[in-house]
Amino acid sequence: MPDLNARILVVDDFSTMRRIVKGILKRLGYREIDEAEDGQMALKRLKETRYQLIICDWNMPVMTGLDLLKAVRSDEELKGIPFLMVTAEAKKENILEAIQAGVSNYIVKPFTEEVLSKKLEDIFKSRAA
Amino acid sequence: MNVEFINPFINATVNVLSTMGGVSPRPQKPHLKNGSRSYGEVTGIIGLAGKEAKGSFAVSFSKSCIVKVVSNMLGEEVEDLEGDIMDAVGEITNMISGGARAELENKGYSFEMAIPSIISGKDHKIVHITDFPIIVVPFETDHGPFVVEACLKTGK
Repeated sequence: MPDLNARILVVDDFSTMRRIVKGILKRLGYREIDEAEDGQMALKRLKETRYQLIICDWNMPVMTGLDLLKAVRSDEELKGIPFLMVTAEAKKENILEAIQAGVSNYIVKPFTEEVLSKKLEDIFKSRAA
Repeated sequence: MNVEFINPFINATVNVLSTMGGVSPRPQKPHLKNGSRSYGEVTGIIGLAGKEAKGSFAVSFSKSCIVKVVSNMLGEEVEDLEGDIMDAVGEITNMISGGARAELENKGYSFEMAIPSIISGKDHKIVHITDFPIIVVPFETDHGPFVVEACLKTGK
């Protein structure tokens, strides 16, 4: 079952995509949702607040989603947080690189509400197992 | 420009705008572009840099079309071309580019990621990265037209 009390950080340099993802999360029943517009800002938020899930774009200025993922996975306090990459990067080598860096799941844009919902279910199910 | 390059952009455009924009784009007959004037009022453009080919891709929307697409994406009515719509066109450009690059990878062409630029205003100028011929694919939707432009120089 999805943890609707989970505090979620949505990271994307485009406000449009942050709003779309937040809108879907709210419709699914999630209430605690914060935003960051690049990896560096996300890291700052992660140091200040305890999150149960990170939903992150890959291709961002300042600090990419892949760099954020690597930073999270190498930080003792943050490394256990599930990390969902939501990105337009559909190339096989990108997906492989994200898996090697420890991504929990991966969605290629464009996506539907059903796809995001299913990925969240899968992530929370694997956490509960 | 090799014509095998254009289909991935058409496919990705239809996929992105139908999946997230709630419209059904109908591609029309492609033609070569003369000059640099935009067809639409808001344009997203992104570079395509790779070992086998380089160039750029642009998508240029009429106001009526992009207002409908972005309103559908966000689930609320938007009209401000300078705010929400500029940002959304950047994301749309990004998604189309990503989808097309993934399909081109299967044909043996690999491109690096890039960050899109967005331009607005009637009759603005679109400057592609190479001076190769620009292929224009017009699209019709129930809410107005838009065009996709691709300009690629191949080494193959």
